[in-house]
Amino acid sequence: MKKIKNITNILLVGVGGQGIILAAEILCEAAILADHDVKKSEVHGMSQRGGAVNSHVRFGKKVFSPLIPLGQTHFLVAMEKLEALRWEHCLAPGGVIVVNDFRLEPVLAASGKVSYAEDAIERLAARNDRRVIVADGAAKALEAGDLRTMNTVILGVLSCCLPFGKQHWQAALESQVKKNMLEVNLRAFEAGRSLGGCVTPLKM
Amino acid sequence: MSGNEAVAAGAWEAGVRCASGYPGTPSTEILETLAGYPEVRCEWAPNEKVALEVAAGASLAGIRTLVTMKHVGLNVAADPLMTLAYTGVRGGLVVVTADDPSMHSSQNEQDNRNYARFAKLPLIEPADSSEVREFLKEAYNLSQRFELPVLFRMTTRLCHSKSVTAVGSRIDVPPSGYEKDFVRNVMVPANARVMRVKLEEKLAELSREVESIKLNRIEKRGTIGIITAGNVYNYVLEVLPEASILKLGLSWPLPRKTIAEFAASVDNCYVIEELDPFLETEIRAMGVNLSQTPNPPQRIGELSPEAVSALFDKSSSGHSYPDERGEAVEIAPRPPVLCPGCAYRGVFMALKKMKLTVTGDIGCYTLGALEPLASMDTCLCMGASIGMAYGLERALAENDKTRVVAVIGDSTFLHSGIAPLINIVYNGGHTVTIILDNSTTAMTGHNEHPGSGRTLQGDPAPAVNYQALARALGVRFVATVDPYDVDLFRKTVKRALKYEGPAVIVARRPCVLLPFVRGVKKPKVHLDLEKCTGCGACFRIGCPAIGQDEQTGKCRINPGYCTGCGLCTTTCPCEALEL
Repeated sequence: MKKIKNITNILLVGVGGQGIILAAEILCEAAILADHDVKKSEVHGMSQRGGAVNSHVRFGKKVFSPLIPLGQTHFLVAMEKLEALRWEHCLAPGGVIVVNDFRLEPVLAASGKVSYAEDAIERLAARNDRRVIVADGAAKALEAGDLRTMNTVILGVLSCCLPFGKQHWQAALESQVKKNMLEVNLRAFEAGRSLGGCVTPLKM
Repeated sequence: MSGNEAVAAGAWEAGVRCASGYPGTPSTEILETLAGYPEVRCEWAPNEKVALEVAAGASLAGIRTLVTMKHVGLNVAADPLMTLAYTGVRGGLVVVTADDPSMHSSQNEQDNRNYARFAKLPLIEPADSSEVREFLKEAYNLSQRFELPVLFRMTTRLCHSKSVTAVGSRIDVPPSGYEKDFVRNVMVPANARVMRVKLEEKLAELSREVESIKLNRIEKRGTIGIITAGNVYNYVLEVLPEASILKLGLSWPLPRKTIAEFAASVDNCYVIEELDPFLETEIRAMGVNLSQTPNPPQRIGELSPEAVSALFDKSSSGHSYPDERGEAVEIAPRPPVLCPGCAYRGVFMALKKMKLTVTGDIGCYTLGALEPLASMDTCLCMGASIGMAYGLERALAENDKTRVVAVIGDSTFLHSGIAPLINIVYNGGHTVTIILDNSTTAMTGHNEHPGSGRTLQGDPAPAVNYQALARALGVRFVATVDPYDVDLFRKTVKRALKYEGPAVIVARRPCVLLPFVRGVKKPKVHLDLEKCTGCGACFRIGCPAIGQDEQTGKCRINPGYCTGCGLCTTTCPCEALEL
């Protein structure tokens, strides 16, 4: 079976309310500005109520399926560490995981019905067929001036790994973020970018 | 743009002047987007049946109309739909049915393509946002020319996927004016018999035309042939780039000749489709020779690239579902929960304490059925709670200790809760109905409704008075309570249960996420760690703002989430939580 080549697959995951959908919007806009064909897919509805959320983003010369085929995710971008573990199996061999070192326990964990995987990051890093970038999104977001910009910090980290120009990101943020939140988001993005360093998947 | 945004764009470009629908995932954003175009009168109807009837009426004047709903909404609108096929339409009328394979946010995953065959109507299935926009314009041309309503089938994956899409300009379709036509518009049996024949004539003509219609196309590549439609086409291209494809954009009525010729032109011809074997059954019935994939077709849940590839992979044991991990690793599930500060939490805390049997309904509050509140016993369809509570109560033996109440949201009550309430009054029942009034259709993203005081396009509107309505129907016990006052709410339910006659309680508090509620800053709950013993009582109300400290096992409040509703303070036996 022939695989479609030259498509970059990014799976953004996290908890409803963390701004996954907005981060995916900014990412798509940057990809469009950088002259790529882009498709994005996610599910709204129940997931917004504090449930697990994911958004598939694919870009390249020509994209067909809006869903990333299982096991072909080049970048798994997690706004929460348990969520990174939940979607880890989607990663392609040699892929990159960008994970926010942030803990949001599911409601059932508080009542003791389930237990939170405290060792999530260690488990993610235990395999050597991938690269894991851990970022303290909360600290950088607070530095930028608003905890809610964690999603933008993590996007800043991811931006170092993607072939878009700084001007594309800037324009994407300007078009997708509300005016009164733009400045703090630009700071958060820069903070993330300064953490990033260029990391590419081992093979694509 | 998303598939939903593309429907709005396509409708606007096609000259639509009137649109009506009822919100429901995944269709809601269509009308929310279209409402932004000033040339279109865009409305939320109380339910899908009304929405279609409004469009049918508007179509009599010769304008183009759009109706939107989720798949189960078409069940509600099925009554007018079946006969609208007979009368036909003057102005183009398109019904968007947004199906939800995999039930991301629905109670079933019925395949609404079956409605096309059932109602004898043309069915159009686009594959991505660009096609949505183009095909919708074509749908209006067809509808206008054949004077038939057209079904336009979307799926969750199409509605909520975004792809790069061009935009065009609007054509103007002014009203042609109403003309009286007794035979055509009055479906008494004598006329219906005439229009029944007329419908078959239209379908026969359409069947001839679909052989050459540009909505259907053949992509000739290799010797393997695939017949497919809708979003699944993208998965086929991804997984089988060398296959020849017959892509059906208009999938009812089927282009019989085109299908037979395509099947004969390839070595092996397969049908790949999501959910029911709609195409396959029909194509086999035509006597076309189809091949079987090495693995049997997946009939449950949405397809994906890997599901399509699994059909041809003999080594694969079956289907893979993208949301499930391949390996057996325990990861704490993260189901959706009631928001912090949600007033419904107070309702379910009270009902749980009273150990009542609760027939439930469709909305945010359906989450009250989940752990740890787990205090809702049924959820069937929109409006079912009231009729089911009455039926269950009637059927219980006299000495049965089960006490039943119905719980229904404000928007759901207006959708289909009024008739079952009349039924209770009429048939002498004593059922207690709790209307959860949060002033909005919250689940689908805060949509206005006839009780919210505003229209879809932002105009002020009279709000239904539930109490006056209930009294007018003959309910004598009508009470209104703020569910943040759990104690008073519980006492009111107790009184209602004792009352000899039907009772309605309006549990009223606006949704905590509404901007005007959010804007009011309230003090957060104060936790006294000296007093907290870690007993866990507060964990059992399922508030996302309450966690357990990993080290001490005591309560921990997340100040970013806490809204200061104070519901947790009523559960704490140690008085450690205070407002």
